[in-house]
Amino acid sequence: MTVRVGHTAEKPAFPILAHELLQDDQTRRNVRHATNVIRNKRALRVEEMPDWQDLRTTAHAIKTHTLLHLPHYLEEFERNCIRAGGQVHWARDADEANTIAIQLIQQAAARQSGVKGHAQPSDRPSSPYPSVPAHAEVIKVKTMTSDEIGMNHALEQRGITPWETDLADMIVQMGKDEPSHIVVPALHKNRHQVRELFLQNMGLTELGTEAEDLTGAARHYLRKKFLEVGIGISGANFAIAETGSVCVVESEGNGRMCVTMPKTLITLIGIEKVIPKFDDLEVFLQLLPRSATGERMNPYNSIWTGVTHGDGPQEFHVILLDNGRTRMMANVRERETLNCIRCGACLNQCPVYRETGGHAYGSIYSGPIGAILSPQLNGMKYSRSLPYASSLCGACYEVCPVKINIPETLIHLRGKIVEQDQNTLAGKLSQESMGMKMAAHLFEHPKQYEAAQRLARTGQGLFEKDGKLVNLPGMAAGWTQYRDLRALPKQSFREWWKRSRTNRGDGSNWSGND
Amino acid sequence: MRIHLFIACYNDTLFPRTGMAVVNLLERLGHEVVFPTSQTCCGQMHYNTGYHAEALPIVQKLLHEFLDAETIVVPSASCVAMMRDHYELMAHNANDLHMMGDVKSFLPRVFEFSELITDKLGLTDVGAYFPHRVTYHPSCHSLRLLNVGDRPMRLLQGVEGLEYTPMEGSDQCCGFGGTFAVKNAEVSSAMLADKIGCVKKSNAEFVAALDNSCLMQIDGGLHREMGSRDRIRPVHLAEILNSTRDNPLTAEALAWEGATA
Repeated sequence: MTVRVGHTAEKPAFPILAHELLQDDQTRRNVRHATNVIRNKRALRVEEMPDWQDLRTTAHAIKTHTLLHLPHYLEEFERNCIRAGGQVHWARDADEANTIAIQLIQQAAARQSGVKGHAQPSDRPSSPYPSVPAHAEVIKVKTMTSDEIGMNHALEQRGITPWETDLADMIVQMGKDEPSHIVVPALHKNRHQVRELFLQNMGLTELGTEAEDLTGAARHYLRKKFLEVGIGISGANFAIAETGSVCVVESEGNGRMCVTMPKTLITLIGIEKVIPKFDDLEVFLQLLPRSATGERMNPYNSIWTGVTHGDGPQEFHVILLDNGRTRMMANVRERETLNCIRCGACLNQCPVYRETGGHAYGSIYSGPIGAILSPQLNGMKYSRSLPYASSLCGACYEVCPVKINIPETLIHLRGKIVEQDQNTLAGKLSQESMGMKMAAHLFEHPKQYEAAQRLARTGQGLFEKDGKLVNLPGMAAGWTQYRDLRALPKQSFREWWKRSRTNRGDGSNWSGND
Repeated sequence: MRIHLFIACYNDTLFPRTGMAVVNLLERLGHEVVFPTSQTCCGQMHYNTGYHAEALPIVQKLLHEFLDAETIVVPSASCVAMMRDHYELMAHNANDLHMMGDVKSFLPRVFEFSELITDKLGLTDVGAYFPHRVTYHPSCHSLRLLNVGDRPMRLLQGVEGLEYTPMEGSDQCCGFGGTFAVKNAEVSSAMLADKIGCVKKSNAEFVAALDNSCLMQIDGGLHREMGSRDRIRPVHLAEILNSTRDNPLTAEALAWEGATA
């Protein structure tokens, strides 16, 4: 099995990417503005919910239960999806999922070649399809999972053109860019930058910068694709075991087009997206839109079940994707990450994400949830700097609608990384590991700890200038590069304590403000 | 009341003034303070950086030192958060039933400084005097992990002469984050720049908090930017509460210069 998560295998560490992005004032302004808007809207929509905390607790309970019985619910989903006329495929990793998708597209394209139009019952369901059309196309509605497995690249390599129809995804695709947010992938671009991109790519000579101008241009551009392309690819927000249904929520209506207009629909679903019952949507459809975009309800909520003769896609495939998920199941702390419903609230709230934007994470899953999800999907092989890209401020946990304790998980993953590193000679001898071992030794031995305090006070003379320490060596250099550090005071607290307790008997005056 | 003090290693080494203020204040209020001198660290730096095996004996040592303490005060919210959020898990992961028992007995006896004054001692007015403009930085661990709520604000309101000036974006992290401050120094300092902007806008003379670690970050940024003069002075809440008409805390006492021998 070869798990692949976007381009995480080739990306530099977080501090290196963050360094570049911190110089990019325009991107930082865009990110700050957009996250401010969304999180303010979210706060309003959450505040008006008297039972918000109960909803969070319930969602966490549903997800916990489902993940504990995942095989049961996945098989139930499969049975009910097939019963309703759908076909279910199981993919262990990115390559398997892409291979399945490509085969399905090639078969459907061969079948459809020469047959224009949409949503007509297939009259040749069982005939062989030897010929593959020279140029197949698919329309896609926002699926982060397809970015996870690098589907667009895989399709293009086989001569299949994917058209992203979500406005933000289209912007990212046109700019040969990467998504920087799991809900708002083009969050790092402002209206003026989008206008430039549209002018270059849509063959337009004039275009305004208002939101209406841009969405109007996108609508015009995409409408043709919706009418012409006979194969759709979607993601899913939820897969309902009880009914075999799939649910997608969105704001633009492109999703509704993608899942109803094409003759063939392929839906890619991470296995953690399954929920037991239709009624469970009652909980999640209250939490998700409020958390994601600050809306009471998504403008478009599409739920479809199998195939209905003469209405909608006449061929419906589900690809259930593992790609590293099942190996997160064994540990309770790791499993909780799979609760995620991809609302992005933690990104908008995170003070780290708000400084750097999503590209600093080197993964399509960025922000706090990306910092725990990306390395875990990768089996801790890549994205290893991400668990450290957090001050553990806890803002992510506070807003998470499914109560993933992200700070606790970050610490857990740091523990795994340290343990793995210490199993290598280089890791054992690293400056950090040696320093930590030495500090631990001092903390275990109070006499040596006190001696070290005195030694530091003497030794700091080498770095002291006007009461502050400058140009400290080793890891402390990271501090003094950006901040000043006050020199150690004349006496430690414990020295003061011992002295004052000895002196008090003879009436010496002492002050806590000294 | 007999109150044991866990000072926290960084307060001990870098901010002895805060410890002195806690001792002085509690004694002024008629309590006895005990300081077990073998104490060192709560284990947070190691634990939060991923050195879980190294943190374990540090925690076990601390638990052992405070076995007999009735009431324990800690003038560092993040150390208390470390204790409440992780000690039980550490005992569980170590499969150490003895330690688990110690943790269960330890935790109800531990109070963060503002919790001790308001909850355990039942006070909001401790007779403090501090005639200055003060803003308050609710450190992330006091705000979100300990949920200290309005306790520090109630204590500030009880200080004679103190004028509270609100801070915009007060719930935003200062960027310290322990080893995050050095491992991701550049992002940490970008976060700090935002915080400093808000601190300065508050037009306060002092910025108070329950964590000297955050204050060290804020002070380090302010000092880099403004040098030693006319700087907004970071100060632990305990030092404000320890300030009285007879023995007032002054900005000069918080100066960097001349602090070293």
